[in-house]
Amino acid sequence: MPTISFQAAGVSVAAPGGPRIVLEPTSLELTEQRVGVIGANGSGKSTLARLVNGLVEASTGRVLVDGVDVARDGGAVRRRVGFVFTDPAAQLVMPTCVEDVELSLRRHEKSAARRHEKALAVLQRYGLGDHADVSVHALSGGQKQLLALAGVIAVEPAIVVADEPTTLLDLANTRKIADLLFDLDQQLLLVTHDLDLARRCDRVLVVEDAGVRFDGPADAAVEHYLATVAGR
Amino acid sequence: MSNTGMVGVYQPGDSLLHRAPVGLKLGCLMVFSLSIVLVRSMPASWVFLGVALALGLVGRIHLLTLARAARTVLFFAAFVGALQWLWYGRDKAIETFVDLVALSLAAVVLSATTPVNAMLDAFIRWITPLRRFGVDPERVALAFGLAIQALPGTVALAVETRDAARARGVRHPRAFLTPFVIRVVARAHETGDALHARGIGDD
Repeated sequence: MPTISFQAAGVSVAAPGGPRIVLEPTSLELTEQRVGVIGANGSGKSTLARLVNGLVEASTGRVLVDGVDVARDGGAVRRRVGFVFTDPAAQLVMPTCVEDVELSLRRHEKSAARRHEKALAVLQRYGLGDHADVSVHALSGGQKQLLALAGVIAVEPAIVVADEPTTLLDLANTRKIADLLFDLDQQLLLVTHDLDLARRCDRVLVVEDAGVRFDGPADAAVEHYLATVAGR
Repeated sequence: MSNTGMVGVYQPGDSLLHRAPVGLKLGCLMVFSLSIVLVRSMPASWVFLGVALALGLVGRIHLLTLARAARTVLFFAAFVGALQWLWYGRDKAIETFVDLVALSLAAVVLSATTPVNAMLDAFIRWITPLRRFGVDPERVALAFGLAIQALPGTVALAVETRDAARARGVRHPRAFLTPFVIRVVARAHETGDALHARGIGDD
């Protein structure tokens, strides 16, 4: 299993142009296959997730993915780390489904014909085979998230970071996307408000007020979070 | 959202136009556009419109797609036509109106028979010689592709913002424009993050 490390006296992130800290110094070594991150809105969960593939840069400390420093070799890290966003509409940038998956494959497959072939195979695997030439704007919310996930998995990353991937979905699509994520062979770092999903993880971090306040088994972490919310 | 469908989106097929090389199609569109601009006569305008419609038939483009494209451009063409009528008279106005419709239909035929990735690949090939001057062909081509793709999304944002303003009973243009610009900028940031996360631009 890959290793995500937050090192060197703790990784912290300061808000741009201001003294506010959005993530306090944090030291972690994530080696479990399914790691959950839960916490209130604005607590720093997404910042923590975004550090892993360089979408957010650490103000102090180092983030390493399998020993590769995200700040020094972001390109190499992003080849290993796929990222699924909350809103798939922002993630889908090409007109049709097959073209969007092909865009992901551009860095990995130079031949246009093989790229197309691979993209079609990925869509087939995710139940979107019939939608290859359909406009991404014509898809339902669930299908859009499915396509976004397909675009990430197409390049076979070692780690998938998913930032609240089910927040905008209905129950059926939430279950579908969640099952797909938990069936992946890849290491999964899942930021979520869905405590049922969090309970399926091997390890869960509870992030509150810009810091990791609890780190442990899923059930204990969820109970800690519920107790914290009840105590407010 | 129906409005998002008004920008030509590729329709798979095996027509003559689908199989034609991208460069040839773009070249023909360029010649067609120049001809429309340079040849100023009413009969020629109707011929151009006939050619555009014939191309749609050859490419087996859905009538609905052509109709949507025409509907979108009708408002603009009618506005320009009205100004022409005011300044130059009825014949000139009709000629301009028909020219604009023909031009937009031809553009829709191109985008409906050519996948964006195929256009990107062709564009990258053409501008690769500029690499020696520091131009990154992949990035330039992607920027063009994104610009094309951004149009339907931006229209959707505009419609959502307008509806939100109406739902709050606000009709002032500022109540639409300010949130619309903010949302477009936010969407651009999100798209940038998404591209960054996918490693686009890392090489």
